[in-house]
Amino acid sequence: MDVLAQASTQTTTVEAVIFWVLAPVALGSAIAMVFARSAVHAALLLVLDFFCLAVFYAVQDAPFLAAVQVIVYTGAIMILFLFVLMLIGVDAHESLRETLRGHRIASLVVGLGLAGVLIGAIGRATLDAGALGLEEANSGGNVLGIAKHLFGEAGRNQDSYFLAFELTSALLITAAIGAMVLTHVENKKVPSQREQVIARFKGTHPTPLSGPGVYAETHAEQEPALLPGGEPLPGSAQPRVTGGDE
Amino acid sequence: MNPAYYLFLAAMLFTVGTVGVLVRRNAIVVFMCVELMLNAVNLTLVTFSRINGRLDGQVLAFFVMVVAAAEVVVGLAIIVSIFRTRRSASVDDASLLKW
Repeated sequence: MDVLAQASTQTTTVEAVIFWVLAPVALGSAIAMVFARSAVHAALLLVLDFFCLAVFYAVQDAPFLAAVQVIVYTGAIMILFLFVLMLIGVDAHESLRETLRGHRIASLVVGLGLAGVLIGAIGRATLDAGALGLEEANSGGNVLGIAKHLFGEAGRNQDSYFLAFELTSALLITAAIGAMVLTHVENKKVPSQREQVIARFKGTHPTPLSGPGVYAETHAEQEPALLPGGEPLPGSAQPRVTGGDE
Repeated sequence: MNPAYYLFLAAMLFTVGTVGVLVRRNAIVVFMCVELMLNAVNLTLVTFSRINGRLDGQVLAFFVMVVAAAEVVVGLAIIVSIFRTRRSASVDDASLLKW
């Protein structure tokens, strides 16, 4: 075990090259995403970032997660993002005016502080800790190892993640139904001309009502038409016009 | 090369995502920054899994991905329905809950 741990503490040169090539790409695309003017550019830069992360997973003995990263994240989630972007308008540029004074400076200060705290903590905690490596855990294959953790092995599945796995299935179904409920729009059918005629003859006024203001002292919309006797014709005036939102 | 370098990279990605959430106003871009933060945490989990020689970290990263998928579905549905009623995807306009 010690020999194994010693051996796998050292990462290979190939991995170092991959890391030093792709880490700037990942970080740069993330920063460019934050500062991208167009939301579509931000989404594409995020796709690039996710690809870099998938390579990092593959290098770090997690081929299953690398595949899931590419399929689920870059394949499904980012396409969903792009789809919604196209749906609600790509050209909706956000205003660059600050609504809170000093907002951006404060955000940058918070970011720098967070980075300092995180990097300092990681540096103090882990810099001289080697890696045990996953050769032993992945001996039967990475997918098999993850499956054993998820579903448990025969005879001892009390320490598996099986319950959490089942709960995620309930979560996914709830999310799908929730999305449908949130975006569902009742499809209002426009009545045909024949249906309108039938409804009008079943009502109280087969003929059109007199327009507002007929025989009255003013033609204003809110003045009801007057009958020959001088009393107002109900239904002939517009309902009071209110200032709505739309 | 020390595997802890991955942790530094993940910390920086997480920070960039945080700054993006704080700075950007387009709700979809804010959402993408949240995804970036989740992915940074996933990289941390995978690296910890390797450092500790156990696969639990990878299983947790897998769960994070599942929950992120569910979160994206519901979040984008909310953004679409807000856009439908308010004709805007800016987080500044949806201030109904402000007291």
